[in-house]
Amino acid sequence: MTTTENHSKYDSDTRAVTLRVNGREVTREVPTRQTLADFLRDDLDLVSVHLGCEHGVCGCCTVLLDGGSVRSCLMLAVQAVGHEVETVESLSADQNALHPIQEAFAEEQGLQCGFCTPAMVLRTKEILADGVERSDDEVRNEISGILCRCTGYQNIINAVQNAGRKLRCGNSGTCAKEA
Amino acid sequence: MKPPKFMYCDPDSVEEAVALKSRYGHDSLVLAGGQSLMPMLNMRLANPEVLIDINRVTDLQQITRDGDVLEIGAGVRQSVLETDPAVAAAVPLLGLVVPYIGHIENRHRGTVGGSLAHADAAAELPCAAVTLDATIVVQGTEGRREVPAREFFEGFMTNCCAPDELVVAVRFPVTPAAAGSAFVEHARRQGDFALAAAAAVVTLDAQGHIASAAVGVAGISGTPVRATAVQDALVGGPTTTEAIAAAAAAVGDSVNAADDMHATGTYRRHLAVTVVKRAITAAVGNAAAVERNGS
Repeated sequence: MTTTENHSKYDSDTRAVTLRVNGREVTREVPTRQTLADFLRDDLDLVSVHLGCEHGVCGCCTVLLDGGSVRSCLMLAVQAVGHEVETVESLSADQNALHPIQEAFAEEQGLQCGFCTPAMVLRTKEILADGVERSDDEVRNEISGILCRCTGYQNIINAVQNAGRKLRCGNSGTCAKEA
Repeated sequence: MKPPKFMYCDPDSVEEAVALKSRYGHDSLVLAGGQSLMPMLNMRLANPEVLIDINRVTDLQQITRDGDVLEIGAGVRQSVLETDPAVAAAVPLLGLVVPYIGHIENRHRGTVGGSLAHADAAAELPCAAVTLDATIVVQGTEGRREVPAREFFEGFMTNCCAPDELVVAVRFPVTPAAAGSAFVEHARRQGDFALAAAAAVVTLDAQGHIASAAVGVAGISGTPVRATAVQDALVGGPTTTEAIAAAAAAVGDSVNAADDMHATGTYRRHLAVTVVKRAITAAVGNAAAVERNGS
């Protein structure tokens, strides 16, 4: 088979895509083989999307697609057409302010090198959407799709739980009922 | 790592997807959730001339219950099976196996049909399909045909589809309300490929003996295996620890796994017997609980 014999609607190596990224509609011409991760990093400068393994193992490229965590290295940019993508850049409008989840990671030292942190923070946002308090084991299971080679995970687990308290009970992280 | 060049096709109907598949045959690959194919593309282990992305085919994304049959479209995301109440009510085993598929980031994209078509012998959904006597619906240029799960998986990462055929749905018989279902998997870490996994669905008779048993095992051979020798040993017998252990031992003969970097064949054989024993024990417990609750 040669592609030249076929002048179908699928012939082009590029395509115009329109999607929502961090609350804004964006339209770009992208190569059809470009991954969503590369599109976010290279075309939109959203460099919180970290590429570790680029084959779906490390989880560092995790973004939220319509609110659910996905590995952006395992999606093509053209597949995100019509969807809503969120990266860590969306969390705080003020560059000098942190989102409560980010504050919790800082307070608990839930990061060392920071490479997995954007993925962990986004996954935490997804986990905590239900507002339910969770045990160490539950958090450990829920973040198992993202590898951290620094922390040994315990401080990340503490950070997720701290962030949960902040989101439930206000930014001090002290819940009167639970204290 | 970037995917090689391909002609990207994203049809919005099954008919067009089949037409593309028919036209490009072995030069094409179907992209569903991408959780196995995208890594292969990124590492350039797969190099298709044509990529047929079926994510826009909304007809493949339906779950329908028709009497005693639950039909799940090939494009349904795996994570949907974890939360859909209709699925939990009709086929409880599915809700038990799905959390073991990779991680949630994979299940949000990975599809039911993709996992079946990929035919990994260590995978959870193929094991469930074989255990539950599911029917896999494939569509080609000649029309649709229905393939029993046990005939669909032909060997290591190989299904029975012709080059022009596409998996479009899977039909699960609705599990009897009195049955107990269970799934036990052993992997080195959460989300890893199973070294061995077992699914069991049992019903009990009025005396509390095993009236029927379906047992499937993953990770021990080139395809998911239905442990018929174990089932035969169970049916009509008591649910004592000794009886279950004796029946489970029969799965050892089905293990056809060579030593590899993850486990020796001997270890897998040991694991297979253990997970089968635990799955049957849990399924019996669940069947007894259903009976006690009078539902």
